[in-house]
Amino acid sequence: MNRPAAISGTTTFWQRHQRQAAPWLFLAPGAFMFLVYVILPIFQSMWISLYEWDGIGEKTFIGIANYVELFDDDAFYTSLKNNVIWLVLYMLAVPAGLFVALFLNQTVFGIRLIKSLFFFPFVLSQVVVGLVFAWFYDPSFGLLAQVFEAFGLKPIAVLADEDYVTYGIIVAGLWPQIAYCMILYLTGLNNISPEQIEAGRLDGAKGIRMLWHVVLPQLRPATFIAVVVTVIGALRSFDLVSIMTDGGPYGSSRVLAYYMYEQALSEYGFRMGYGAAIAVVLFAIMMVYITVFLVRMFSEERGAR
Amino acid sequence: MFSRKSAGQPAMLAAVLSLGLAASAHAGTLVINTDTSDPAPKAAFEAAIEGFKAENPDVEVKWNIFDHEGYKTSIRNFLTAEAPDIAAWYAGNRMAPFVNAGLFEDVSDVWEGNGLNESLASAASSMTIDGKKWGVPYTYYQWGIYYRQDIFDDLGIEVPKTWDELKAAAAKLKENGITPFAIGSKALWPTGGWFDYMNLRVNGYEFHMDLTAGKVPYTDPKVVEVFDKWSELVEPGYFLENHAAYDWQEAVPFFVNGEAAMYLMGNFAVDLFKSGGLTEDQLGFMQFPEITPGLPKAEDAPTDTIHIPANASNKEDAKKFLAYVARAEVQTQMNEILGQLPTNKGSKRPEDKYLSQGFEMLSEAYALAQFYDRDARAEMAKAGMEGFQEFMVKPGNQDRILERLEKIRSRVYK
Repeated sequence: MNRPAAISGTTTFWQRHQRQAAPWLFLAPGAFMFLVYVILPIFQSMWISLYEWDGIGEKTFIGIANYVELFDDDAFYTSLKNNVIWLVLYMLAVPAGLFVALFLNQTVFGIRLIKSLFFFPFVLSQVVVGLVFAWFYDPSFGLLAQVFEAFGLKPIAVLADEDYVTYGIIVAGLWPQIAYCMILYLTGLNNISPEQIEAGRLDGAKGIRMLWHVVLPQLRPATFIAVVVTVIGALRSFDLVSIMTDGGPYGSSRVLAYYMYEQALSEYGFRMGYGAAIAVVLFAIMMVYITVFLVRMFSEERGAR
Repeated sequence: MFSRKSAGQPAMLAAVLSLGLAASAHAGTLVINTDTSDPAPKAAFEAAIEGFKAENPDVEVKWNIFDHEGYKTSIRNFLTAEAPDIAAWYAGNRMAPFVNAGLFEDVSDVWEGNGLNESLASAASSMTIDGKKWGVPYTYYQWGIYYRQDIFDDLGIEVPKTWDELKAAAAKLKENGITPFAIGSKALWPTGGWFDYMNLRVNGYEFHMDLTAGKVPYTDPKVVEVFDKWSELVEPGYFLENHAAYDWQEAVPFFVNGEAAMYLMGNFAVDLFKSGGLTEDQLGFMQFPEITPGLPKAEDAPTDTIHIPANASNKEDAKKFLAYVARAEVQTQMNEILGQLPTNKGSKRPEDKYLSQGFEMLSEAYALAQFYDRDARAEMAKAGMEGFQEFMVKPGNQDRILERLEKIRSRVYK
């Protein structure tokens, strides 16, 4: 610093600490919003979950009674089971997205157009996706029913059958999710170092071996993000359930997020405490993944330094 | 039933916007909040309000129209925060949460002072909680079986009057490749109509009311009997296949196309039947047949009502408005627009084929039930209708369903 002595002699507090303070000042509005709209509501939900409250009358403190009831509630276990099915099957989006990305990672005429067409479902609103698939599954005029009839089979009413309904909704959810994973992998593939591919080739690697030992390790960041967004997508799968079945038939396609909405906010609900208790359980499940995510992110950042 | 008008999601924005309009009212201003977002109910209220204004020129009326679905959430907010002077709602147990929370005003004096106990006698019981009246009814409509007269004529089927005749008619239709009963149970409430009628006909009105009030266990032998009888229609596949995949409107095409011949519904469905192309010669209406011989017949007839919130600022004019809407000629006019039945017995009889039939049926009815999801508590109603839907898909699960409903009943009505 070649500052004249006259100025540096009269530095203010602000000038001395400017560098340390600036990042915090820039963060402050965002941090404030995050505190008010994310952190506080989490604790508020936990607090409400200890009460019986219909949203208009008096709150009654009932301790952990909501949780006791929850663990004796068939609908809760149905929702939990469906959430697990969602988690497991939704993961298919990751390898499927990788496959599509590898397939599209070529330089031929018009590939940009094709790529954007594959990305198209992710641009659609989930509501539209749900409606389109609901029509697709419709047992009287749906495309699926037509296909079944063409083969002389009896159409299955996917969304009215307790055994198939969750799988039917997951398929609808996979459609945009695969597109999302594909985009993540396509960007990842752009960053692959050509030297390593070249070196691998010289050593005689090709096909699956090349993919597994040379390409995939370089795609690890993309894989990691794809897994995380898919897990979170599976856990908050609310919109498709609401649009396609309203949790039916007789509650067999409910997931935790939908059950929470139903108990707390829907026409027959207004049990705020019970809904909050479901939200807390859902949050606890998500927390497992969020923790893994954060721990890995920190350790990777340390490793990079 | 409760959500019959539209399948859409609550239009929260509209609700929030109109909330702002419901702001403070000084004396002489009457704030009215209604859920009349559909054209006919809106026009009916408009007529009533215009008439009231003409008679009371000193009262300034502020009318806020809410989205029909969004209203169910909004009312909870505005009753506690910025209460209007008049709020539209529904009779029966549906108003109980607001009455018990002290949010509705006791209007027994309006009933006394205007002779409403006489003129609105048929709806009096559904407006009464703890011996007091909590609002004024202005319209109701009948439920019953709409059937295809032309198909019945073709197959030589007489209108069934008893349970055996109904089963015989269904069997004959099924033999001829026609689904006897159309139903779309995706939104659950249409199953409530079936349960109501099965229970009302098998066990009668008193038992039905005790059950929906939570006084009788769902595992009671009388309830089991209802399901046994019901399964005589479910087991042979008399209901529309895959009904759980359809809303009630989506099941209408089967009925209109002649693939199904009967439809247990409220009178509001006639509009859709007619716009689907059915003429009055093709479409008949019948009372739900007798099951237990000699049992007096009660009917489902959901009633729409207006109330004064306890926090209203202009209760004096609000009571005037209640008395005005209760009048015979006002109800005649409103219901002509609505295409429904007036609750005042002095009102003019409707001329419409189905309404006049319904009017006759209801005036001879032993008693009127509101509807399963208005008579039972909301939580119980939801679980109950889910159980009915499951039963209509898997009648074999009957015992498990009833045990589950009993578990919920004992918790909800503790």
